[in-house]
Amino acid sequence: MKEVKKQGGLNAEIQSRIGHQLRAMYDDVVRQGVPDRFAELIRKLDGPEAATAAQGGGEPDKNNGGS
Amino acid sequence: MPLTDSLRDDILASVPSLRAFAISLSGNGDRADDLVQETLLRAIANIDSFQPGSNLPAWLFTILRNLFRSDYRKRRREVEDAEGNYAKTLKTQPAQNAHLEFEEFRQALDKLPQDQREALILVGASGFSYEDAAAICGCAVGTIKSRVNRARSKLSALLYVDGAEDFGPDNTVRAVIGGNGG
Repeated sequence: MKEVKKQGGLNAEIQSRIGHQLRAMYDDVVRQGVPDRFAELIRKLDGPEAATAAQGGGEPDKNNGGS
Repeated sequence: MPLTDSLRDDILASVPSLRAFAISLSGNGDRADDLVQETLLRAIANIDSFQPGSNLPAWLFTILRNLFRSDYRKRRREVEDAEGNYAKTLKTQPAQNAHLEFEEFRQALDKLPQDQREALILVGASGFSYEDAAAICGCAVGTIKSRVNRARSKLSALLYVDGAEDFGPDNTVRAVIGGNGG
């Protein structure tokens, strides 16, 4: 079989460069770690009440009068 | 499963990559962090539906991806209303060494169809397998593969129009040649 793969000018060098740029952009953010606001959020939201409150966001508001 | 301390730690550990995914998808840091916050709220609210032992990052990415898509649909109208402003928000660059190349890459990425962009990011940057990426996007593995391929070829067309041409020894050399010719 002498089938040569032809991919419209897509050569390995370009592909590796694209992959590199994509990861550079991504890893740049990953390296920023966890912003405080998210660490706090996750720490706070460990009670079932908190989870219920968050769930309310998905539905049209139905006020249950509190207390 | 209940929200154990170790599960909470695992969720926390996923935050950096969730942010990277959100920023890569949306091209906007503020919006990305809103997306991450919403993702965390939903994840914790629905923690009961998480299967212990299954892939937590994939589960979280699925939530974020779905939120982004519903948010995106809403925003499309705003884009039509105020295209200029939206375009401005797309240009959030990490400043400092903000090299032109990064800027160009970011813009090219924004030009990809959403399906292709998310597939490329999940596989090419987040490091998910094709199978996990397919599960996150709710499509077949073959579909993900072809989206990734199309994304790559479109990016290379956008960034390196005539392929290898840009990879000469040096662009300066080409510029000089071009200048002499003119």
